[in-house]
Amino acid sequence: MTQSIVVQVGQCGNQIGCRFWDLALREHASRNKHGVFDEPLSSFFRNVDTRYDDPANIPIGIGKNKIKTLKARAVLIDMEEGVVNDLLKGPLGDVFDCRQLITDVSGSGNNWAVGHMMYGQQYREEITESIRRAAEQCDCLQCFFVLHSMGGGTGSGVGTSVLSLLSDEFPDVYRFVTAVYPSAEDDVITSPYNSVLAMHQLTQHADCVLPVENQALYDICHKISQALPPEKTGKRMVGGHSRVKADSAVTASAGGLVKKSDEKPFDKMNNIVANLLLNMTSSARFEGSLNVDLNEITMNLVPFPQLHYLVSSLTPLYALSDINLPPRRLDQMFSDAFSKDHQLIKADPKHSLYLACALMLRGNVEISDVRRNIERLKSSLKFIHWNQEGWKTGLCSVPPVGQPYSLLTLANNTCIRHTFSDLKDRFVKLYKRKAHVHHYTHVDGMEMSQFSESLESLTTLMKEYEGLETNMGRIVDDVHRLQIAS
Amino acid sequence: MSIVTLQIGQCGNQIGGELFSTILEDAFGKASTVSKADNEAYIDEVLERFFHRPDSGKRNEVIPRARAVMVDMEPKAIAQSMLDAKKSGRWVYPKGQQFCQKRGSGNNWAHGYCKHGPQAQEAVMDMVQREAEKCDRMSGFLVFMSLAGGTGSGVGAYITECLRDHFPHSFITNQVVAPYNTGEVIVQNYNALLTLSHLYQSSDALLILENDQVHKICMQLLGIKNISFRDINKVIAHKLASVLQPVKPIGSNFPSYMHSNHISDMLTSIVPHPEYKLLTMKNIPQMSERSIAYSTFTWSGLLKHLRQMLIANAAMEEGIDWQVKVKSSTSHSSAIQHNKSIANLLLLRGKDVNTANVDGFQESCLYAPWVPSDAVCSVWATPRPFNLYEKSATLLSNSQSPIAALNTVVGKAWNMFASRAYVHQYIRYGLAEEDFVDSFAGLEQVIKSYSEL
Ligand SMILES: Nc1nc2c(ncn2[C@@H]2O[C@H](COP(=O)(O)OP(=O)(O)OP(=O)(O)O)[C@@H](O)[C@H]2O)c(=O)[nH]1
Ligand SMILES: Nc1nc2c(ncn2[C@@H]2O[C@H](COP(=O)(O)OP(=O)(O)OP(=O)(O)O)[C@@H](O)[C@H]2O)c(=O)[nH]1
Ligand SMILES: [Mg+2]
Ligand SMILES: [Mg+2]
Repeated sequence: MTQSIVVQVGQCGNQIGCRFWDLALREHASRNKHGVFDEPLSSFFRNVDTRYDDPANIPIGIGKNKIKTLKARAVLIDMEEGVVNDLLKGPLGDVFDCRQLITDVSGSGNNWAVGHMMYGQQYREEITESIRRAAEQCDCLQCFFVLHSMGGGTGSGVGTSVLSLLSDEFPDVYRFVTAVYPSAEDDVITSPYNSVLAMHQLTQHADCVLPVENQALYDICHKISQALPPEKTGKRMVGGHSRVKADSAVTASAGGLVKKSDEKPFDKMNNIVANLLLNMTSSARFEGSLNVDLNEITMNLVPFPQLHYLVSSLTPLYALSDINLPPRRLDQMFSDAFSKDHQLIKADPKHSLYLACALMLRGNVEISDVRRNIERLKSSLKFIHWNQEGWKTGLCSVPPVGQPYSLLTLANNTCIRHTFSDLKDRFVKLYKRKAHVHHYTHVDGMEMSQFSESLESLTTLMKEYEGLETNMGRIVDDVHRLQIAS
Repeated sequence: MSIVTLQIGQCGNQIGGELFSTILEDAFGKASTVSKADNEAYIDEVLERFFHRPDSGKRNEVIPRARAVMVDMEPKAIAQSMLDAKKSGRWVYPKGQQFCQKRGSGNNWAHGYCKHGPQAQEAVMDMVQREAEKCDRMSGFLVFMSLAGGTGSGVGAYITECLRDHFPHSFITNQVVAPYNTGEVIVQNYNALLTLSHLYQSSDALLILENDQVHKICMQLLGIKNISFRDINKVIAHKLASVLQPVKPIGSNFPSYMHSNHISDMLTSIVPHPEYKLLTMKNIPQMSERSIAYSTFTWSGLLKHLRQMLIANAAMEEGIDWQVKVKSSTSHSSAIQHNKSIANLLLLRGKDVNTANVDGFQESCLYAPWVPSDAVCSVWATPRPFNLYEKSATLLSNSQSPIAALNTVVGKAWNMFASRAYVHQYIRYGLAEEDFVDSFAGLEQVIKSYSEL
């Protein structure tokens, strides 16, 4: 089995990472009752014997060794100390190897150039060193997951500098980026600059980007809280609401190490992102009748190298408590996955063009359920003419914690261009007035041309999606086939 | 005579395992219509053909080991298949005959063919050699693989070429699973295109099974509601076993079931020309276990349906188009074209098999005009019932039947290729655009040859 390394950068990256590790441990604990270090665990964790000065890795062997101390295959980077220190003091502190932390004190001040040009350079050696160490502890490293926000300075700047470092040092290892895009009302004024500058890097150096938007996460949290029973259960509930299992929601952390009372403001939203990562990797970690390895994701969903931005949705948002599962409810899960309000960015794939779509199923779902639903939904979705059957399916038999089954969709859909064009508008608004530009240009190595190049790269990307979309709905004749001479 | 199987990729491993189980279920199942001695001979033949029994131990003492080499680029599917076999209590896989790596080929044919194949070659060929040496007499290879993934298709194509080089005189059959039309793998048409065009050069026969058709059988004939891959594989295994289990040619006067080189004999007869090597199977009857007990069949009824399935190209007995008629090659009526064959192999198993009249399959108008009429259809039979069915018939044919599906695959792949979508993923592992074009040309030629029959 292969391993993956998570590189979490900046406040947002580390906070999401924290939720990811908590839920990943919870997931493996619920599967792995005997406390052995098995293959699935080894994909994100090491098993170490901490009695030694230089803690020794306990090899996986035949998957029967007892768990001693689990260490995350992670590198934590932030240019201020607060978030990482909180992390270390919390219940997850032991999961991280103290040599895998890289922090500074002052932060990047919401400035991409400070993060990318200054800290990126300054810490390049140290970061490379940490990542190399993590890589050496893998016997088959397949993938890096880089987590960061687009709006701040450290995540967007250092995060993307790490990305180009990875593509130089580990060209054969896949680079997946989970990037949190700022909403329109983001409190960071310079977030459009940071995001567009960072996107230029993502377009060049990532194999696959999973954009996530805070507004979308927020709305999903809201939707769930409306459906959940109230926290204080003094009164008897009437109506349908009482049937929702509170701990099953994709925002819930029950069963994890972090206590509910210690929950932080972003945690619910971040749990959604953590579940995205867990469900995307579940089929590579656990058994199933149709496995999807991580390299299959880019292979199937990225028809052209730069069009590697995938829109994701998670369903169901929570489980209902009665155990009888009418097929209707399973079908509802598939319908929801394509609705606007289940996407992790504010976008509407149903009204745009699909280049490709993956259905990653977990739990109690058979291939016939998938076939039935594809047939049912097909007519309401538009696929590009050369990929009319652009479906990729995965069946993993291990369900997520608290739910009997789940569906993650990953779509390469032209709707993403609207997210990009909103971002571009906000960028242009600032850039017209050259507002705050001097904060960037006085950083060593930062040129004005970075702004224009990044803007151009974004425009080109949007144009490519737009160009494909003009074919939408048009009946395109089959291309003339090769003729064989008699 | 023994057969060495190779199961490559997830699909290949899952189907291979199901086949071995089915074979033993049939062998040790009820067989009231044949004498005890004949049944014993049948069982011995089955075991010899597909299993190795170390130290020539008694049948009941040593658990048989499948004559199989397992190959995958990731460990999960092989681990699961080995576990399933062990749990069955009836058979196991041989130790040390598994080759797996840590990461799959990611549905990328080029990754499988250009990279994983060459890396795996030496170790896999050693295992094959070892397995072959365990056979007293080996009649050939049977390779299980899917067309849509990266490992079965890419590594499968590569290893088949190695088999051809190392065993130039052995008969190599590739059992390939064609993906659902609305696929589970987006680049499946590229992968299928590249696999088929390569296998066409190295393999002796390509036995095609389409997931869509088998799925329909599960749904309509077996009445299964939530169809899993296991259900599908059971149907596939049943079909395969109905061809591969011991039979003897009708008219031959061998006293027992022991029959020389049966499988390669059978297949050689049905692939008379290297330009035509696509095989498909049709079998009858097929129903849920519950219904079998309440059904009785006559040979004439079964064969009438089977013949119509052949000419109307129906994958199952339900919904056959009875309008399709065979017309002689001279008439020019506007009736629907029937499915033309190069050659057929009819396998009959069960009670009173000697009373079956097979003339309907011998008519020369079913076949391409240039095939000599004494070579068109051979019939093999046994009075022993097969896998719970009192009577059953299977037709293995080399006909136009798979051409429609093949044409769709090539058409879709060509559409995608015109936009060069996904091509960069293949180039990354060493394939060139010209390789695609060559494959297109190769398969267009196959389509043309079959269409013009
Ligand atoms: N979903 C989510 N978004 C967050 C979280 N923390 C911050 N953000 C968002 O991230 C953006 C700000 O970036 P941060 O990650 O805080 O910044 P940073 O990378 O630490 O960079 P500097 O603070 O400038 O050094 C804003 O859009 C925030 O809304 C979080 O835990 N979850
Ligand atoms: N009939 C049947 N088809 C299967 C089974 N498993 C997978 N498939 C089909 O096989 C194709 C996918 O190929 P796999 O065999 O899973 O791929 P692989 O050979 O392991 O290659 P990679 O995973 O890409 O390295 C799809 O068309 C599936 O429908 C199975 O057990 N039975
Ligand atoms: Mg910060
Ligand atoms: Mg596989």
